Amino acid sequence: MLELIMNDILGTPSILVGLFALIGLLLQRKSSADVVSGTLKTVMGFIIIGAGAAVLIGALDIFSKMFDHAFNVQGVIPNNEAIVAAAQSDFGTSTALIMVFGMVVNVLLARFTPFKYIFLTGHHTLFMACLLAVTLSVGGLSGFPLILVGSILLGVCMVLFPALLQPYVRKITGSDDFAIGHFGTIGYFVSATVGKWFGNKEKTTEQIKVPKSLGFLRDTSVAVSLTMTMFFVIVALFAGQNYIETELSGGSNFIVFSFIQAITFAAGVYIILAGVRMLIAEIVPAFKGIADKVAPNTKPALDCPTIFPFAPNAVIIGFLFSFLAGLLSMFLLPALGLKVIVPGLVPHFFTGAAAGVFGNATGGRRGAMLGSFANGLIISFLPAILLVFLGDVGFEGTTFGDSDFGVVGLLILSVMKLLGLS
Amino acid sequence: MKKIMVVCGNGLGSSFIMEMNVKKALTEMGKTAEVDHTDLASAKTVQADIFLGAADIVGQLDDGTRTIVTLENMMSIPEITSKLTSHL
Repeated sequence: MLELIMNDILGTPSILVGLFALIGLLLQRKSSADVVSGTLKTVMGFIIIGAGAAVLIGALDIFSKMFDHAFNVQGVIPNNEAIVAAAQSDFGTSTALIMVFGMVVNVLLARFTPFKYIFLTGHHTLFMACLLAVTLSVGGLSGFPLILVGSILLGVCMVLFPALLQPYVRKITGSDDFAIGHFGTIGYFVSATVGKWFGNKEKTTEQIKVPKSLGFLRDTSVAVSLTMTMFFVIVALFAGQNYIETELSGGSNFIVFSFIQAITFAAGVYIILAGVRMLIAEIVPAFKGIADKVAPNTKPALDCPTIFPFAPNAVIIGFLFSFLAGLLSMFLLPALGLKVIVPGLVPHFFTGAAAGVFGNATGGRRGAMLGSFANGLIISFLPAILLVFLGDVGFEGTTFGDSDFGVVGLLILSVMKLLGLS
Repeated sequence: MKKIMVVCGNGLGSSFIMEMNVKKALTEMGKTAEVDHTDLASAKTVQADIFLGAADIVGQLDDGTRTIVTLENMMSIPEITSKLTSHL
């Protein structure tokens, strides 16, 4: 009986998160219909993530093979959804436990310390929980100590990163109503600092005319399909028709095959996003409801697009300059003996755009350009360096994208190495 | 009952926050409506009475037949209330 509970119920991450949703819904005294549908949807969300991973990993595997054959160096696509989905089979239970207990630590810190932030970006909580589960276990922890250390670190991340940005967020929004809770913080902080040093905030981006035609890239599905098609077809041309048609595509035309694989990758991301949306739909409101009661007078820390409307031009400029840095890094990384980080439109759009807004707040248009360029370098180099430290944990071809995952992962792995744990 | 669909690029973070704020605004107004959130690609395929979000996102849904409401400050309950009143 105990074995059934420990292994099959608590050891199955989808059931575990379902249980947490159930408890959250019961604590909020929801109607029985809401409790049943909310619990079932949370379990389903987790299973959808796994289904999306299966779709995406097939395409990713083919991309890696083509890239390796074409350039003799490993190409890696940083994509949080992909790596978290891929890691669920081995790290699902510890990810789910760290996520929920990390939220508890967040509420306690907001209640009893001066760091009054409640981190509401649920998908980033999930991603950071997964990063902690993976790095701590590579570092040598397991079982109860892994969950304990992971939850404390997650809770600390959930208040420290928003606190670091808050002075700049006040500058951008002109109020102290909310904070930014998004694990691209280090990139934004560097951008704001670069803007302060090299920019002139009087010459804001909002005085210049920027073409609005890039707006269609705000659509994640379009952005992923477009970049993946570009990179797949270019890599296919270098890998050669003969290799692809004999080794990978089973005879069908190499360009058509690459296009379909690119869209398959995008379809996988779309499925995973739908799963994540379902998974966090009950957990985040429950978290917020409990936090409002236990820790009043706290600030919500929100996803980065909440600051986009405050400087729409900086959003476009930030994306372009971050992506430019990503493209440049693609050539620099192999020269330094690191794996090639293929720049994605999505991470550059979200974190580049936000970095642009922060850079603009401290240094105007020059701040937005230089700051988001710096962000682009950071989100290219940090994942590449993290991969060196992570070693072979069995995730071929993908890794964590945003800057804070890289910083936290590297800190954990180096501290554990110093302590002689790994 | 009216259906309000809140939209953002990924359909994960900011649309979710706006959804919670819309629900809060509705409660304050004493109105009821079905509120949900999604990403831009999916929004093009769903039916709703009102589509709500940042201007550069929901602007792309404006085909002349949809009712579009744009927000400047996604956290401002007064802004949500004033912009939704005329549509409910």
